Amino acid sequence: MTVLAQSPPRPEAGGPAGNGRRLVDLVLRARELSILGALLVLVAATTIANPRFMSEQGMKDIFLNASILALLAVGQTMVVVTRNIDLSVGSVVGLVAFVAGKYASGGDRSLLLVVLLGVLLGVGCGLVNGLLVSFCRVPALVVTLGTLYVIQGVDHAVAHGEQIGAADLPSSLLSLGNDSLLGVPYLPIITVIAMLMIGYYLRSYSSGREFYAIGSSPEAAGLAGVSIRRRVLTAYLVSGGLAGLAGVLWLARFGTVVADAAHGWELKVVSAVVVGGVAITGGVGTVYGAALGALLLTTIGSVLVVLKVNSFWQDAITGLLLLLAISVDRLLSLRVTKALKARSRSAGRPVRTGGAEGRAGAGAAPPGTTPPDKAPRDSGPQDTEEKVRHDS
Amino acid sequence: MSAAARSAPPTLALVNVSKSFGAVRALRDVTLELHAGEVHALAGENGAGKSTVVKTFAGVHRPDGGEVRVDGEPVTFGGPADAQQAGVAVIYQEPTLFPDLSVAENIFMGRQPRSALRRIDRRTMHERTAALFERLGVALDPQQPARGLSIADQQVVEIAKAISRDARVLIMDEPTAALTGQEVARLFAVTRTLQEQGCAILFISHRLEEIFELCQRVTTLRDGGYIGTDPVAGLTPDDLVRRMVGRDLDALYPKQDVTPGDVALKVDRLTREGAFTDVSFEVRRGEIVALAGLVGAGRSEVARAIFGVDRWDAGLVEIAGSRLPVGSPTAAMAAGLALVPEDRRQQGLVMDMSIERNMGLTQLRSLRRETGRGPLISRTVERDRARDWALRLQLKYARLTDTVGVLSGGNQQKVVLAKWLATEPTVLIVDEPTRGIDVGTKAEVHRLLSELAAQDLAVLMISSDLPEVIGMADRVLVMHEGRLAAEIPRAQATEESVMAAATGRAGTGKAA
Repeated sequence: MTVLAQSPPRPEAGGPAGNGRRLVDLVLRARELSILGALLVLVAATTIANPRFMSEQGMKDIFLNASILALLAVGQTMVVVTRNIDLSVGSVVGLVAFVAGKYASGGDRSLLLVVLLGVLLGVGCGLVNGLLVSFCRVPALVVTLGTLYVIQGVDHAVAHGEQIGAADLPSSLLSLGNDSLLGVPYLPIITVIAMLMIGYYLRSYSSGREFYAIGSSPEAAGLAGVSIRRRVLTAYLVSGGLAGLAGVLWLARFGTVVADAAHGWELKVVSAVVVGGVAITGGVGTVYGAALGALLLTTIGSVLVVLKVNSFWQDAITGLLLLLAISVDRLLSLRVTKALKARSRSAGRPVRTGGAEGRAGAGAAPPGTTPPDKAPRDSGPQDTEEKVRHDS
Repeated sequence: MSAAARSAPPTLALVNVSKSFGAVRALRDVTLELHAGEVHALAGENGAGKSTVVKTFAGVHRPDGGEVRVDGEPVTFGGPADAQQAGVAVIYQEPTLFPDLSVAENIFMGRQPRSALRRIDRRTMHERTAALFERLGVALDPQQPARGLSIADQQVVEIAKAISRDARVLIMDEPTAALTGQEVARLFAVTRTLQEQGCAILFISHRLEEIFELCQRVTTLRDGGYIGTDPVAGLTPDDLVRRMVGRDLDALYPKQDVTPGDVALKVDRLTREGAFTDVSFEVRRGEIVALAGLVGAGRSEVARAIFGVDRWDAGLVEIAGSRLPVGSPTAAMAAGLALVPEDRRQQGLVMDMSIERNMGLTQLRSLRRETGRGPLISRTVERDRARDWALRLQLKYARLTDTVGVLSGGNQQKVVLAKWLATEPTVLIVDEPTRGIDVGTKAEVHRLLSELAAQDLAVLMISSDLPEVIGMADRVLVMHEGRLAAEIPRAQATEESVMAAATGRAGTGKAA
């Protein structure tokens, strides 16, 4: 804005143009804030209904439960931002949890080696996904749906009906999952570190911005000389690696692991990411939003338990939240696009309007769902209001 | 062009370049030299190979034979990145920006200014962007997202990107196709500035007058072959057209004189909040009425409302005396209205569907009736009809089962026309019928419209192409900022009178 204010040729900077700008800024920043708001209201309302909800153990449980989901959401964000999707993460968590558990219970293993094994296994799965998507140009939805089943199958074959018992695991591993540093459990610490690192990379590094460029317009990215394949491959490697890490954390947290651990989590992760404001069509969203989305979904789960709502409702509510997030995004994106156009118009230059509506809905095909409108999406004040109404 | 510019090797050149795609020979022995400080035009019909030349320069295609030379040295571009490295910047007709990223990020993607630890220095990036815009004389906010920018502004962003890269060669592929007169003037001003600073510029346009206004030399291609390079100064537009087409065109605007019949379309005080106000006019059978005005004046919006795609807030629309309901394309079609939209790729055609299927889309009901097989559609009838129309419109195609996407722009437009003419309309609304269509096909489309009018069809033609408006219309309606500013009969319609009304300077003509 300061730069703008200095440039003379725009007398109306504070007028309608300024409004357009403010609206866009608000919308772009409000997503994380609105989720946070919804979260606070949800927690406050539940606490009033049942004061025990805010107990130390209760909060600790929520954070512990959310950290694995959030870690996966952070990795998924990198993939989704490039207009792809990774459905295999749930299976990777299951496989890694079992294989790492088997390795760890085989004797006095060092914690570092267990973690390393898990992450490498995850990266290996990510490599397969990434190579198929970026070099063989198979649609991500199909590739990762395939690897979801393959990895699940491998997991079952390895497990052979057995299960890992907490008693066989080294204590260092179990303490990773249950102990704390200065009162904060290790799991959320690990997640937050991963989130901050990736968030900072995506925002502040040239190569990080290229992930957004690819998702925003693959064609333009190619013309701008962005190495699309390498970035997409990287996204899958990171997603796989974090899923591997999450597998180890799962093992550490629960101790007892059967073959279908984290079964079905891939959709939970995608939901968290979308609720967190990452556009399923790529180019928009932050890891912070995705992690908050994971926290919100987990909190809702706990709230339902505390309020003694039948747990069957949990999936329905997650689904509703997803639909709400997407429709609010859609409405807002239309409004933002309109504001931006009005703004260009008020700047004294005619705008092409005739074909715009048609163009808005006709981008390249998204990985799986929803009409591919990719306006700066995200939610404003209404979003918070609606969520609150619906949650309390 | 000075002697010095001549003696130095061309900044960028194609020498005897050939390129084939499968069996199609897109370029044969094409030579094209771009010199510093010169604006060079590339002329040719659609399908002549212009885009292939652009993509070869851009590093997207590699020539099968011949050489690309930079400063006289042969080079091989492995990809767009190599071409950019060599100082080549391409501005496509539809700019390719990242809609979700800021204007500044669009310009500096991959080359962001860095601070410590290789982090992006956003402040410097925004300052440099602002400086670039100042140099180009445009007021754009570096931090606004690219989404929502007009095409003209998007092109400015692309040009700023080129300058920020210190591009020595600027290639502009039909940059003016979607611009208003004012925006074209601004683009030309920017182009001349770059030319003075020693840029070599390749300019492609279907509007011949722009070539004559802006360029010093012109290279002509026909069917992938090299026809020649001439100084623009020694040419007339007719010479150029002859070179492009290889034959003398029949009149480009073969308007037949007609006696208008009954009122076919009546629009009375039509208003749509925020788009247009109090628009009233009539179109009679046999008449071609042009709806002119600057882009954004509300012309397409009026057409969309008449056809029922958008709702209107007040007023009425009558087709042959019967009133249309608000917002119902089905009713409009049933009443005999057909709309050929301005954006054929997005709104007119299903690009991945075959030619015959696209043509059949408007007639699914009658295709069903004719077969007598209940809800099933007869593909034989569909194909027969498609073949009929393809013949009538002289469509150039390989097989009717080919996807529409493989056709050239002009032929795609013919498919859209066929699709709507097959509904046997009383009123045909065509929105920018010849945008992005080469001269030869343009004349064919004009002849077709003229014939249709002679056969008692009422035609409402929205067009930004002034010669087309003047040449084809019996009457010209001019819109300015959502209102009808003037109605000009054929005899008084000149480029000046239409432009005057379109820019709101009109005192002439009766306000509707």
